[in-house]
Amino acid sequence: MEFLSPATWEEALAAKSERPDAVPIMGGTDVMVEINFDRRRPPALIDLTRVPGLREWRADGDGVRLGAGVPYTGIVDALGGAAPALAAAARSVASPQIRNRGSVGGNLGGASPAGDAHPPLLATDAVVELASVGGVRRVPAREFYLGPRRTARRDDELIAAVLLPAPAGPQRFAKVGTRNAMVIAVVSFALALDARSRTVGTGIGSAGPTPLRAPGAEEFAAAEFDWEGGAPLPESAVHRFGELVAAAARPIDDVRGSAGYRRHALAVLARRALARAAADYREGGARCA
Amino acid sequence: MSEELHEIRLRVNGAEHTATVPARRLLSDCLRQDLGLTGTHVGCEHGVCGACTVRVDGRPTRSCLMFAVSAQGHEITTVEGLAEPDGTLHPVQRAFRECHGLQCGFCTPGFLTVVSAYLEDNPDPTEEEAREAVGGNLCRCTGYQNIVKAVLRAAEIRREEAAAAPGGERAAGAGERR
Ligand SMILES: Cc1cc2nc3c(=O)[nH]c(=O)nc-3n(C[C@H](O)[C@H](O)[C@H](O)COP(=O)(O)OP(=O)(O)OC[C@H]3O[C@@H](n4cnc5c(N)ncnc54)[C@H](O)[C@@H]3O)c2cc1C
Ligand code: FES
Ligand code: FES
Repeated sequence: MEFLSPATWEEALAAKSERPDAVPIMGGTDVMVEINFDRRRPPALIDLTRVPGLREWRADGDGVRLGAGVPYTGIVDALGGAAPALAAAARSVASPQIRNRGSVGGNLGGASPAGDAHPPLLATDAVVELASVGGVRRVPAREFYLGPRRTARRDDELIAAVLLPAPAGPQRFAKVGTRNAMVIAVVSFALALDARSRTVGTGIGSAGPTPLRAPGAEEFAAAEFDWEGGAPLPESAVHRFGELVAAAARPIDDVRGSAGYRRHALAVLARRALARAAADYREGGARCA
Repeated sequence: MSEELHEIRLRVNGAEHTATVPARRLLSDCLRQDLGLTGTHVGCEHGVCGACTVRVDGRPTRSCLMFAVSAQGHEITTVEGLAEPDGTLHPVQRAFRECHGLQCGFCTPGFLTVVSAYLEDNPDPTEEEAREAVGGNLCRCTGYQNIVKAVLRAAEIRREEAAAAPGGERAAGAGERR
């Protein structure tokens, strides 16, 4: 196994273009498990941990440009206000030791449908910044996930950063798992209300071959929601929203849960998220909008 | 096929070490086999059990999920580095002993390294918080009750020592009972 240890971003991009089969490694919390289990024998690894800047975030217009390698701990500590749904998801990832290493770039690189970063990125319309020796491309998260562990990233590209738009309303993230701190999600759900565009964003995790949105539920909620006053939604509308979210999922039966259970749990998470986001909106609405 | 070997320099518990390892040598294996520091235990090698936890630049990290070559240039602290040079045990070690926070001891190095870091940031945890702090470590023997007690006791010992130390009133301020 060849071990490449680029000292700069330019070197890392050059290495990836010369060896498109080389596997990048950031926090290693996915890659190392695969190697230790012999599920994967990469011909070469590109260690990204020495590349300056990947672990940094900065303001970018109204929003935030989050370096691909910022560990979840950093997101929890710094971005609770700038990216509430992503920060809540980061808080729910695994254990402190994993949160100190694991990154959103790694979550996107692996693109497991169970990755906790995906639902917030979908719901908030975040953008993935991809780079190669040929230049930089920006792909909305909503166009990034193409199939089971397949994404818009080309083999010669690295993930540089994620662009997180400034929140324009309440955001929520919720997840069902077996033991906190250990186990990947059975299902997860993120919701973002955008008072500026009067739209609702959703993201569903662990309930399909890729992370998913629930477009029907988004349109329904945007039409039903009282964007002026944030009046509580009627029980029937909240219920309908849950149904629409569950209907958008494409879950399977596996060791973590049955498809039926996942749909049920998703409807519950979606109802709660909408009711709570509406309450948040009433309380802080004037300030957010 | 012979693998390419790398000369590496590691800083572990304040001392410089060198080793010659293949790129795929895990930090956990390097510590145990190349450096003879067998205090770091290896349970699952897939990031779940926490027995292999060491501190990398202070932050608790799974050493089974890191290559030794990638640990160069970082400050590594293993369980062997917790006690004072004169052998005085770290408050967390004393608390685990007092509270019977271990039985077979397999999981203990991981708990000690995690808790030592946790208390630096959270000097006065509630029981709930103490439980959360060790959520990433598995123990098959104790049932966790005494481990949680040991976390709280360790916090107490740290506060007592801070209060006793010169200028300690201030340092202990962070530890005032809520
Ligand atoms: C015990 C345990 C519990 C876990 N619990 C959770 C959980 O609750 N929620 C969750 O979402 N995940 C969980 N995970 C999985 C993992 O921690 C996350 O997916 C994490 O985000 C991976 O980040 P990383 O930096 O460690 O990635 P790495 O392992 O370094 O890389 C992951 C993948 O991304 C690629 N990659 C990394 N960086 C880049 C880049 N810049 N450009 C292109 N490709 C890149 C790698 O080649 C690899 O394919 C858990 C893992 C373990 C071991
Ligand atoms: S041996 Fe590293 S987490 Fe179990
Ligand atoms: S004391 Fe035996 S595993 Fe924890």
